[in-house]
Amino acid sequence: MNNIMLESLFFGAAISIAGYIAGIFLHKKLSVLNPLLTAIVLVILFLKIFKIDFETYNMGAEYISYLLTPATVCLAIPLYRQISVLKAHAKEVFIGILAGVIASMGSILLMSYLFGLTHEQYVTLLPKSITTAIGIGVSDELGGIQAITIAAIIITGILGNITAEWILKLFRIKNPVAKGLAIGTASHAIGTTKALEMGEIEGAMSSLSIAVAGLITVAAASFFASLF
Amino acid sequence: MKYIYPFFIILLVTFIGEIMHYFIPIPVPASIYGLVIMLILLCTGIVKLHNVDKTSDFLISIMPLMFIPGGVKLITVWSDIKPILLPLSVITVVSTIAVMAVTGKTTELIMKADKRLKEKNK
Repeated sequence: MNNIMLESLFFGAAISIAGYIAGIFLHKKLSVLNPLLTAIVLVILFLKIFKIDFETYNMGAEYISYLLTPATVCLAIPLYRQISVLKAHAKEVFIGILAGVIASMGSILLMSYLFGLTHEQYVTLLPKSITTAIGIGVSDELGGIQAITIAAIIITGILGNITAEWILKLFRIKNPVAKGLAIGTASHAIGTTKALEMGEIEGAMSSLSIAVAGLITVAAASFFASLF
Repeated sequence: MKYIYPFFIILLVTFIGEIMHYFIPIPVPASIYGLVIMLILLCTGIVKLHNVDKTSDFLISIMPLMFIPGGVKLITVWSDIKPILLPLSVITVVSTIAVMAVTGKTTELIMKADKRLKEKNK
């Protein structure tokens, strides 16, 4: 099977997109199923069943990722659209998200130490609460394992999406601005879909947090990486 | 020209980000320099929103696809994950709860403090 696939540059790309289309279909049936996670699982299963190497798959698939850097640059556009909300709540946004980012990396630092993880494993997890595009970059810069970072980020997003209502209730967080910032900072774009369901303010604050939490994490990550 | 001009702006800003990444010795990804430059260009009006919004919305909408190869790469590092699966799971769950609680509570405290300050000044 490897030989046929080695001839084709488009096999990897086509199978990835097919997996994602299947993911979207299943997501419509059962909203807990994240399309990206489904796509990854389906492609892995496909490669395992037909005994195709990751390298063979990636020869074509890597070209899909070619536009990742410019697409990440484009995150400036949704942030710019929210700029009036950002200005109106500048203090809450900045201090609230900063506290969240410190809580994220601080708790990961503490638990990595307790579990006796290596430095590589620790920096792999550091950007797990921020959006994948920025998180991959942070993990790469600090010497983490990108594939594990991606998995941790997606699982964090799904977890935040499913548990947001319960966590906010448990900690008696009622203000819509606070709710939105909390969801976006903890679980980026995947969590934001839940915030959008809660209300307009929650949704706007959560989408704003995706970029702001990403940027604050970039600024603070190398400091935290140096601690362990 | 509908997509060519915006695509040129986006790639040019990305390229400037890559140059900054190359010359500035701090661990900031090229994409982040680009993101900040793009935001500045929009805020100063040098680049207009309607010039780039459609192309950027398209790129952002297909972004999940770009993470698939990276996620599939998990099969090559599975042996690294297996022994730390339990700590990984605990860290993911606990830190997610911690971030949500701390961000929400801190924001509420600031808003309450602000309100009290305003009432005092009245």
